Formats: sequence, structure tokens, C-alpha cells
Amino acid sequence: MLRILNKIRRIGIVTETPPRDREIEALGKTVRRHIDRRFRGSLAIRQVDAGSCNGCELEIHALNNPYYDIERFGVHFVASPRHADALLVTGPVSRHMETALRRTWRATPAPKIVIAAGSCACDGGEFGVSYASCGAVENVIPVDVKIPGCPPAPADLLKGILSALRASTSTQGK
Amino acid sequence: MSGFRWLHDYLAALEGEHVVLREEADPHTLPPAHRLMVDGEDWGSAAKVSAAFGHRHAGVWGEHIGDWIIVRACLAFEGDYLVLETPVSPQRPVLPSHSPYYSGIDRLERHLQDMLGVAFLDHPDSRRWTRHQAWPEGSYPLRHESPASGTPPKRTPADSDYPFVEVLGSGVYQIPVGPVHAGIIEPGHFRFHAVGEDVLRLEQRLGYVHKGIEKIAEGRDPEGLARLAGRISGDTTVAHTWAACMAMERAYDVSVPPLALAIRAILAERERIANHLGDIGAICNDVGFAFAHMQCARLREQWQRGNQSVFGHRLLMDRIVPGGVFRTLTYQCAELLKTQNQDLSKELDSLLPILEDQPSLQDRLANTGVLAAEDARRLGVTGYVGKASGMDYDVRRDHAYAPYDRLTVESPCLSAGDVAARVQVRASEIRHSLGLLNCLMENLPKGPVQAEWTQPAKAIEGIGVVEGWRGEIVTYVRLGEDGRVQRFFARDPSWFSWPALEQLIHGNIVADFPVCNKSVNASYSGHDL
Ligand code: SF4
Repeated sequence: MLRILNKIRRIGIVTETPPRDREIEALGKTVRRHIDRRFRGSLAIRQVDAGSCNGCELEIHALNNPYYDIERFGVHFVASPRHADALLVTGPVSRHMETALRRTWRATPAPKIVIAAGSCACDGGEFGVSYASCGAVENVIPVDVKIPGCPPAPADLLKGILSALRASTSTQGK
Repeated sequence: MSGFRWLHDYLAALEGEHVVLREEADPHTLPPAHRLMVDGEDWGSAAKVSAAFGHRHAGVWGEHIGDWIIVRACLAFEGDYLVLETPVSPQRPVLPSHSPYYSGIDRLERHLQDMLGVAFLDHPDSRRWTRHQAWPEGSYPLRHESPASGTPPKRTPADSDYPFVEVLGSGVYQIPVGPVHAGIIEPGHFRFHAVGEDVLRLEQRLGYVHKGIEKIAEGRDPEGLARLAGRISGDTTVAHTWAACMAMERAYDVSVPPLALAIRAILAERERIANHLGDIGAICNDVGFAFAHMQCARLREQWQRGNQSVFGHRLLMDRIVPGGVFRTLTYQCAELLKTQNQDLSKELDSLLPILEDQPSLQDRLANTGVLAAEDARRLGVTGYVGKASGMDYDVRRDHAYAPYDRLTVESPCLSAGDVAARVQVRASEIRHSLGLLNCLMENLPKGPVQAEWTQPAKAIEGIGVVEGWRGEIVTYVRLGEDGRVQRFFARDPSWFSWPALEQLIHGNIVADFPVCNKSVNASYSGHDL
């Protein structure tokens, strides 16, 4: 037990502080401001892998690691689409996931934001459209914001979430 | 590599079973594998002989060439690989099954059945596997006549009438989970049958992320194939790209420069470490030990940042290219890598002992999700799942490919088969990989990182076998006269670790499924292809 406490004490908090990564911090603050204004402090995201290679998921996971700790900006991932304000969808939509994705979208209460994360989700990426793949997410459900990258790095994901917030504020008012 | 010392006896045993070897196949055209062609009717007998010899089944795949469907099976023994081949007529595509002798091969045969329309006699389970509702029964995406675009329905319905096996009895209830799971994970369906808290049976239904990779590989050039292979499973991008490039390089007889090989191994070991780090943390988190989760996530992030600054990609995608690697390692980068090795070793020296003798943690991991050695052998599981259950096999050591042939590869092997053992194997793999990285960094060869790529004007094929972080990957590539891919198949280790998960969950409580699942961490995408 002592060793754990020691380790915790020695490592301290590694969450990025402004001098180390101003970009994340500044982004996070802006995200926080938008969320406070429009979502009363918390943006609930349901992540849906609609056919990804799992690379995008690894980077979305990274958003929760102590370096980014995205929850401190008011963004958290939820287990049910019914609790979600936004869907974060990855992958080209495989045909076998098409109905599951539609149902998840329908289960999300309106107004909802759909963010397509990763090159595959944006335009089909390396997989395109085929007998097995519907390609881009927008071929299946309406998409508000696209985050390119294969996979997008955590900072890009954060920027994408921010532009989704901005877009939704401007189209749907406060 | 034993150099096929067993082959003579094996051939004699085949003869004893009256298996006729067809003359037209040259055994040496798929090096380092040995190739034998048999008649369709002897397909089952050949597997029977292999099973009696103790061969491990490493996969089966097919291909529509001209007027025939060629089915190939890969068997491994004492570090050697044997490829059995048989022609099947597309008009009457039936073949004896290997499943009666190798239960782990069940799903690969069903995949072949769905993709090419080969029916397996005596197969214990003829239900569809990869096919859901995107293409109709009787149509086979890998046949010539099926275009890559297919003729999909306007909207593909859910595969709601898949016949799950039902367990009947008083108090038995079902829990359907997925395809969309509660966390940030890949999609798939799990059907639990439980009584009270105890799992009676788990049945997996996968194929949700089937992206038609085998079909869309057709017609690509080597670079294009390497990029696609790197996206079979994003967490295994290095190993899959390496296996695909190795297959093409062997086909073209290209020798990759020593420095490129060393960099490939550095990339592969870094990928192994990153995944093990993340998973060890996630396993601990699944039993409520968040401390380890945060520590491991922190180390993983630092490691990925190292990847970004040295190699320009956090997950190391597209760093391996046909004939070599994308660029050389500068002096500064090499120094940075060395420092990262030292830092991580130091961190682990203090972190791992905490996990190893934390009674409340070990209490939850020990005896949870036990995969019996017998089941591991029967299913042919490799990687950490196999190594934790007595399967002492590591491609880097037992079928050593360059640059591992010059290195001493240690591979842990335990017998407990529980979650704790899988964690222990992963922890020692991290340590061994760090050792390998140090070795590689100290003896970096000099020279180019890209081989000349000359393309003979004839159809040619090759096989690549690599130890990915999940275990053995076997990849087959055939290229046409124009240098374009005609057939690509990559067998991810998950084909065998998924069925292992169905086994090891027996008798555990439903609430322990997440930790059992994470300790196996089979790939959905790599399996669904
Ligand atoms: S964008 Fe890249 S990392 Fe993301 S799912 Fe597609 S191939 Fe994988």
C-alpha cells in the first residue's frame, strides 16, 4: 500500500498544464465554455464504431488518459445513446453495421450532433464503398462535423468536438 | 527451425492413409513453407494424419483461379510450415472438413463457405458466419463473377434471425449484448446463457465489421496492399503490414536491407509494448484498480508520443513499405529511442512489482477465466493467450525471421491459463521486448532502408509469417503478371483466441466477462476482415 501511495505522490498530476501544451489547454477551455453555455456543463458522447479498424478507437481512448483528461472540460462518454447529446462515429460504415448505426442514431434524443471521426468516417478512407462497406458515415446518417486523419490524434479530436459545438450553437441557437 | 526433419515420416503416414500427392505442385514454390497438393477426397485424411502428428492448424483459405477454387490449409510443426492445397470444382464445391480434427478451424471454414461457396462435409456447424444480410445466400463475394461493388440492398437489414444455440432448463436466461457495446470498443454480439450469476454458455456472433478487405485487395499494387494490410486491425498495423510485405518480398525474391529489417523489428516491438501497456491497465481497471489503469495509460501515451516524434505516426501506420521502411533513423532519433527505453524500464521496475504483489488485485485475477492447456492446444491458440496456457510457441524464436534470427528471443510460457497468467505473460513480454529494443539499438546496421523492387513478369505467390503482439499472423499473397494483387489473405491470431474466450468464460460470473475479455483482447476487425 505504501508503495502505491508513494508512486502516486511521486508522479503527481501529469495532466497537461499551460506551459507544457498550451494548445490542449486553450482548446479545452473553449470547449468548456461552449459546453457550459449550451449543455449546462456536460456534453455526453456516445461513441459508435461502425466498422473501424480500431485505430480510431485507440486515439479516442487516449482522450481519457491523464494527459488529456477530457472529462475536466465537461466531455464524457456514455454507455447509452439515450443519454447522449452527440454521436462520435468511426469507420467506414460496414453494411453489417448499417442498421445498428441507424438504430443508435434514432435512439439518440434530438437535437443531436453527429461527428464523423477519422478518414474512413469522412470519406470511406482506404475501404471506400463496396459490397461490404457503405463508405462515409454521411451515406447512412446525417453528419454535422468531420474530423479527418488516420487516425485523428487526440488534439484533432478535441478540435473536432469544438467545431461541432460551434456549429451546433450557430445553427440551433443557445 | 528444424528443417522438416519430420517430413519423411509424415509423407509415409500419408501414404499409409492412401493419400495421393498430386504431381503438379512443386513443394518448393512457397518458401519457407513446404507445399503438397492432394485430391479433394483426401483432404480430410491429410488433416487426420497431421492431427496424429501433433501439427497445429494455422488456417485455411481459398481462391477462385480460372476454372477452379483452390483451397489451402496451413499447418505448423516444430517451427516449420506446411501448406496443403486442393482444387475444388465451383460446380460441385464440396470438401471434407478439417474441423473434426481441429475444432479451432471451424470459423475459418465457415468464412470460406460464405466467401467462396465451398461446403464442408462433416462440419459440425454449417451456419453462416461472415455473411449477415449484405449479400444473399448462394452469392459468394470472392468468386470471379462477383464484382467488388456487389449488389447490396438499399438498406442492409440487421441479421436478426441468426440461429443461436439455445440452452434450455429451469432458471436459464439469456443476455444479448451488442453489436454496439457500452464502451469505446469494436462491435460484435455476445449471447450469454446464465443461471443466476454463472455463465453456462457464451456464443459469439461476429462479422459486424467485415469490410471486404480480401476482395478490395484485388488489383492493388504492392504499396496499396501494404496500406490496406496496415488497416486490417489498427492496433496491429505494424505486424500486419510486415507480414504482407514479407509475403510479397518472398514472392519477388527481394532481400530487404539489414537496417530496414532492424527498424521493422523496432517498430514491431514498440507496437507490442504499447498494446500490452494499455491492456494491462485496462484489465486492472476492469476489477476496479484504477491506479494501474492511469499509470499504464500515462506510460502508453508517452510511448505513443515517442512514436510521433521519431517515426511521425502515433500508431506507426504506413512506416513499413514493400522492400523496406519509409525512412531511416537519424542519430537524434536513435538517441531519443534509447532514452525512452531506459525511462520505461525504470518506470516498470517500480510499477510492475506493485501490481504483482497487490493481494486484492491478484485475488481477482487468479483463477479467473481459466483456459485449460488442453483447450488451448485443441484450438491452436498462439500469442499471450496460448503462452499463458502452455503453448510454448513464438514465431520470432521458433521460425525466426530476420532480424530475430540474430537475436536471442525469450518467450514466457506458463500453465495456469488464468487472467493473472495472461497479465504475467504480457508483463514479461514487455520486458523482453525492451531487451530486444536495446539490442537492436546497440547494433544498428548501416546502409539503405529500401531494396530495389524488380518485378518478374509472371504470376507469383508468397507467404509471410510474423509474431504480432497478439500472436502468429499468417499472410498469403498472390500477384499477377502485371504486379497487381490477385489474392490476399491475412489470418489474424484472433481467429483462434475468440473461440478460446468462449471456453474460458465457462463457470465464471457474468460480471467477470469484461476482465476475461480484456485479458484475451481478440480483434474484431482483424477477424471480420
Ligand atoms: S481512419 Fe484510419 S485508423 Fe480510423 S478506422 Fe479508418 S483506417 Fe482505421
